[in-house]
Amino acid sequence: MSTVAFAAIAILTLAAALAAATLQKLMHAALCFAVMFVGISAFFFLFGAEFVGLVQIFVYIGAVAVLIVFTILLTRHDVGKVRGFNWSGVVIAVAVFAGLVWAISKTKLVSAPSPRIEPVTVQRIGELLMTNYVWPLQCVGVLLTAALIGALILVMEDKS
Amino acid sequence: MTLSILLVVSAALFCIGLLAALSRRHAIFILIGIEMMLAAANLNFIAFWRFAPQPQPPTGVMVAIFAIAIAAAEAAVGLAMVIAVYRHFRTTNVDQLDQLKG
Repeated sequence: MSTVAFAAIAILTLAAALAAATLQKLMHAALCFAVMFVGISAFFFLFGAEFVGLVQIFVYIGAVAVLIVFTILLTRHDVGKVRGFNWSGVVIAVAVFAGLVWAISKTKLVSAPSPRIEPVTVQRIGELLMTNYVWPLQCVGVLLTAALIGALILVMEDKS
Repeated sequence: MTLSILLVVSAALFCIGLLAALSRRHAIFILIGIEMMLAAANLNFIAFWRFAPQPQPPTGVMVAIFAIAIAAAEAAVGLAMVIAVYRHFRTTNVDQLDQLKG
């Protein structure tokens, strides 16, 4: 785990996140949002959680970013007219950040990552999903089905 | 590279998401901010798992996978709601959606 790679990924992720949060044009913000998720996936690859990084790329860049772009295009009539920016949000965000940094600096943490002993293979994750985590897996399946049906019903046109 | 620096990065990401969710007036920006906050939490799960004494069952990885699945469901329903609200009120500005105000 090299420090240079860590710093580069951190800067890329935070810059993209800041751009996604502050850019005026919605489409540019959506693209920066996708770049930010590339950075977070790079973090996951760096920490040896390759499967989570891949899932992150598939789900967020492949599905959520495309969904956001679709929603922007479907509500295009309105884009550009909504311009307000609430400055009290900046104050709250900075205050929360200061509080979190204070809490992190006060806490005694392990400083070095332990040497890798057991890699997390996809086979291991699959075995765990089918043994220890089988009930959460079923619940997520039910949740995703319910979300799919709910999203469809929400956007369905009224026939009457 | 230590755990504290990583936690500060993830705290910064969380606060940028909070900024987007609180400051912007467009409903899609609020959803983007919420997704950022969820991603920051995922980053923390993976970081704590990686820095924990090994060998260790990959609990952080499993939690992160489930969190990603739930965040995807949330994004789908949230964006469907944005489209439904836009159809009904012809706006996505959350300041104008004040019909429940007493």
